[in-house]
Amino acid sequence: MTSLDSPPLAIVEENIPNAQRRRRGERTTKIRGVRAGTWVYIGLGVVIVSAIFPYYWSFLIGSGTASTINDPNMSWLPGGNFIANALSVVNDSAVNFWIALWNSIFSSTVIAASVVVFSTLAGWAFAKLRFRGRGWLLAFIVATLAVPTQLGVVPLYILFADLGWTGNIGAVIIPALTSAFGVFWMTQYLSQSVPDELIEAARVDGASMIRTFWTVGVVAARPAAAMLFLFTFVNAWNNFFWPFIVLDRQSPTLPVALSLLQSNYFVDYSIVLAGVLLATIPLLILFAFAGKQLVNGIMAGAVKG
Amino acid sequence: MTATDTRPPTASASSAPAERQPRRLSFGSKLSRWDLKLSPYLYISPFFILFAIVGLFPIAFTAVISFQEWDLVRNSGTFVGFDQYIWILGQPQFWTALRNTFSIFLLSSVPQLILALLIAAMLDRNIRAKTFWRMSVLLPFVMAPVAVALIFSNMFGDNHGLVNGILTDIGLNPIPWHKDPFWSHIAIATMVNFRWTGYNALILLAAMQAVPREYYEAATVDGANAFRQFWNITLPSLRPTLIFVIITATIGGLQIFDEPRIYDNTGEGGPAQQWLTITLYLYNIGWGEFNFGRAAALAWILFLIILAIGLINLLITRRLVRDEGGRGELAPRRRKGIRR
Repeated sequence: MTSLDSPPLAIVEENIPNAQRRRRGERTTKIRGVRAGTWVYIGLGVVIVSAIFPYYWSFLIGSGTASTINDPNMSWLPGGNFIANALSVVNDSAVNFWIALWNSIFSSTVIAASVVVFSTLAGWAFAKLRFRGRGWLLAFIVATLAVPTQLGVVPLYILFADLGWTGNIGAVIIPALTSAFGVFWMTQYLSQSVPDELIEAARVDGASMIRTFWTVGVVAARPAAAMLFLFTFVNAWNNFFWPFIVLDRQSPTLPVALSLLQSNYFVDYSIVLAGVLLATIPLLILFAFAGKQLVNGIMAGAVKG
Repeated sequence: MTATDTRPPTASASSAPAERQPRRLSFGSKLSRWDLKLSPYLYISPFFILFAIVGLFPIAFTAVISFQEWDLVRNSGTFVGFDQYIWILGQPQFWTALRNTFSIFLLSSVPQLILALLIAAMLDRNIRAKTFWRMSVLLPFVMAPVAVALIFSNMFGDNHGLVNGILTDIGLNPIPWHKDPFWSHIAIATMVNFRWTGYNALILLAAMQAVPREYYEAATVDGANAFRQFWNITLPSLRPTLIFVIITATIGGLQIFDEPRIYDNTGEGGPAQQWLTITLYLYNIGWGEFNFGRAAALAWILFLIILAIGLINLLITRRLVRDEGGRGELAPRRRKGIRR
């Protein structure tokens, strides 16, 4: 390895100031090309500032008063009204913030858990078991990925209206309990991460199919299941179109509540943007704890997908 | 101790000691065979049963409703043939919505892809604190599209918005972000780009890291600069991932609803349909006018458009990226060189 790697590095060194010193540092880490120059950090810095700025802007406006936005000499430092604005959001009887928060937590958790269970089961069968119809059933699942949500909403609405479930959070949960993407994702992951020999060994040892699934499949699927859970949770939390159709202002989810806030307070943006921040905080907390897994999940899905 | 493996050799090997209890064994091995045969279907059936009810049945039923005049009171429809489709295609609003959807889609996907490639290339360099940078570019993704839309429609306000404030400060004319269709599309596309660029950059980054580092080292030996390396090695290797990203961006982008719905407080797509998109139009027909037959027909039209554009995309991307791969013959030749 070293004999292959060193000649290019030696040539590269000619163009780098302080190459000797840098190279010492590189030896300790994995050799992955040249250390990035300052411009890379500047570029990434710009990206991060633009990623954070909208958050800061909503805090800036959300901590001001109704007139902050109209002030030509607006300060770039936040004002002191964020708590007051946040209180007017949560106390607004037309928005039902606490119900919305609970609905979002409840529905996203149930949806994510259910998608993980069904996807792991089906993904295991598609990845590791041989059965008639496997090929075209899997192709069928992949094909449905291209079907837009809009194609199902009219009958679903008629159905739930018939059952008297409009305005009920169950109407948001039930259509989202399965995900073709989830099955596809688990199939991809399991087919690459579990060697067939392991399953055969378990079978030879006399393990039943369900035991093989439980002791080999579920154990192997755990990292992918965690990523799928996170990903599904974030998407369910942020989903707007269908909840907006089927829910009403008595029992909304957070995005629906935000849209209600907008139509109530379109003259006072300080309250609207305080509400935006308030509704985003739970996901920011989740991101602080699990952001790394989310990054890994997206990157892992990409290589296989 | 009964044999549970159904393969013939094992079964015959275990038949000798089992002679004393032939019935029990045959029952056990039968059970095991059924276990082997039925289990796969047992595992996939929960998904498929639920999926059929909440996923497939509504799609088929949408097709039925689209050929009907739906009566909300009786909760049933009368067959009208292709009337709903003809009505939709005869509406100037539909064509405006189609134009807007494509315009927003192009304004969001093309710059987004270029930016994502650039960010991925930067993240692919040998940088310190990799996880920190990767998490940072994903930060916008956790914010709901509705929240993003509320913040950005404030920043793009016509009179007191941040952007117009800066423009007038540096002596330029303010831009009519809501009045003019093109500028409203730019504003909405910016929301989409804000939320998705980092996400796509991570996907492209993963693909970039799968490119063998020897290619770059060999290219460096040959004196190829960073740009040439990117053009001739990185891009051709990203082909499958680029296709994947473009197809997903197409499917998602043509369905855009949240951002245009929130862009002003009426949610109608603008007084002159400046930013009315197809899904927004579908919502207005379905739950503004409560005409489900027309909404269902529009849903099917949208689906067919997505299918057509997806296929065209696939063909174009394949050809484009393959051509680049053909020109960049550097990579395969150099690989041989390294092995030597």
